Amino acid sequence: MEETRAVQVDLGSLMAFDSSHHFPSLPSSREELVANCLEKGTELVQAVADALFNLPSTEDVDGPIVKLPPPTTKLPREKHLPKPKPPTKWELFAKSKGIKNRKKDKIVYDEQTGTWKRRYGYDRVNDDQDLPILEAKATDEVGIDPFAERRADKKKRVEKQNKNRLQNLKQAANAHALPSHIQLAATALPITGTQAAPKKVSKDELGNVAGLAATATASGGKFDKKLPGEKKPKHEQKHRKFLPVAEGTGQGSKEKEQTDRVLNKLLSKNSHEILNVDKAVTMYNVKKEKKRSNQKRDSSSNSSKLKPQKKVQKKPFKKGSAKRGSAKGSAKKGSAKKEKSK
Amino acid sequence: MMRIKTPKKGRIRRELEKRAPKLVETGKKTLILQGTKTSGLLNTVLTEIYHLKRESSVRYTRRNDNVRPFESGGETSLEFFSQKTDCGMFVFGSHSKKRPDNLILGRMYDHHIYDLVEVGVENFKSMESFVYDKKLAPKMGSKPFIAFIGEGFESVEELKHLKEVLLDLFRGEVVENLNLAGVDRAYVCTALSSNRVFFTHCALRLKKSGTIVPRMELVEVGPSMDLVLRRHRPPNDSLRKEAMKTAADKPKKKEKNVSRDVIQGKIGKVYIPDQQLGDMNLPNKAKGVKRERREAKMNKQANGHASKKQKGGSD
Repeated sequence: MEETRAVQVDLGSLMAFDSSHHFPSLPSSREELVANCLEKGTELVQAVADALFNLPSTEDVDGPIVKLPPPTTKLPREKHLPKPKPPTKWELFAKSKGIKNRKKDKIVYDEQTGTWKRRYGYDRVNDDQDLPILEAKATDEVGIDPFAERRADKKKRVEKQNKNRLQNLKQAANAHALPSHIQLAATALPITGTQAAPKKVSKDELGNVAGLAATATASGGKFDKKLPGEKKPKHEQKHRKFLPVAEGTGQGSKEKEQTDRVLNKLLSKNSHEILNVDKAVTMYNVKKEKKRSNQKRDSSSNSSKLKPQKKVQKKPFKKGSAKRGSAKGSAKKGSAKKEKSK
Repeated sequence: MMRIKTPKKGRIRRELEKRAPKLVETGKKTLILQGTKTSGLLNTVLTEIYHLKRESSVRYTRRNDNVRPFESGGETSLEFFSQKTDCGMFVFGSHSKKRPDNLILGRMYDHHIYDLVEVGVENFKSMESFVYDKKLAPKMGSKPFIAFIGEGFESVEELKHLKEVLLDLFRGEVVENLNLAGVDRAYVCTALSSNRVFFTHCALRLKKSGTIVPRMELVEVGPSMDLVLRRHRPPNDSLRKEAMKTAADKPKKKEKNVSRDVIQGKIGKVYIPDQQLGDMNLPNKAKGVKRERREAKMNKQANGHASKKQKGGSD
């Protein structure tokens, strides 16, 4: 009985789906309907339980524990996949030099005092500030305070380190791989999913916007005073060209030309029958080559008699269409086409 | 000038790390809220859904007048709430003359709206109206069985979507180890027609049968309602592709250079690249290699030659 219905069971999410059930007619009363549904539901749940309880189980204090397989129905993610962090400057350098990270102990032996002290923090080994006496070197000038100099050096080192850290984080932010507990902007979070700092406007974008603003006058920005260093606008004239109301003498009918141009464009886009001779020739040649190479390959393995003969289909060649395809620009032929289509 | 902001407390840092995007995701949280007007029925529905999903949902009880998920501007509030509470799904209830007892079930991707399904609730029976043996009552947070009945769930586009959303809503966390003694609830969804789904929540009673597999018995316990499909907005194709990507999609790299032998076991060849003796970075530079010494030597030689030449010339 169960084989007739196709029940899809997804063990990972404890789901059963009966896709072949069909309600021939809705039962009239509500209770009947509910009872029917519960009955069907029981069957499906039983199917899942069959698969579930047959899994190998380990005994535990609270009960038998089974290892569920991963679910088969794919559901969309809630957040994007985490992007890999770009390596920091130090990591790149270490990789190129082949420097490996060595694990350091938290407690180190201090020779001066003869005790075990911690590496960092309060009362540490080799603390810079502990030194009571500093020997003067030949390179030292007379007036400077070596202790103050040491402190200043340390401050500079710490500042440099912070600057490098900021650069690394900015790189990570560019690659959208900033660690979750770090925020780079001082302002409040924008209402977007990703915690990205607001994007800086690029030079091109600024240029575009500036151009738009400059030409947004009635005369297209032609008579405005230019700032020192400002370049000429990219498109100097107005963007739309209207045909003259009254046609002068000695000119071809511009309106006719315009409409013909539009018509040709439409026809060439929508017509599937217009034959592009060059394209058809190349396609035919390519097919021929393929057939030849296939035959070569197959004749080495099979005899050609056993294979069914393949038919090579050529594109339908319409009479007079070659003329159509090549004479797109000419207005006369276009008007002839118009009459034909009628 | 950018400033680096890091939390000063470990607790906050851990909370932020919980909210960061992960390779393998754990359960989605649901936000349950209501709109400008709700009916008594709808209030009960929302409360019961909240009880069903107690641990993994957040309930807002105030009215939210500016939340209109199907309109283009009305989703900003929802996205803000989703960001603040870190919820990937929401259930929005509202009541109006045109759409009475309306529930909008929606999902978020990256805290932006991914897809929406609007259903109307009819023939609702709350949890209190069912009479059953209290010992059978399902425990909070147990993993449910879910059953979908009806070919409509496969053939009708909207029902397919609704099935996915319901699965997402009630599935709970994806776990690897399950305690078989703790399975005690089941959701049954039947497609009655192409736009009506009967949804009910039942407790499971496991009865002794001859085999290891116990016989299942469903006892209707929880809320039961008819969901009438109204509007639905499927996700964008490109967005859908992006959201369905998993970490396991990348094809596993073929393990190169490894072969197995019956006698020797796992074998691999060790390839040593050619040593470029001139370019190697030695940790301790030999004295003769250092540039200053080399240059000094070269200079001395040149001077030596010049002085010799001079000597020869003077003679």
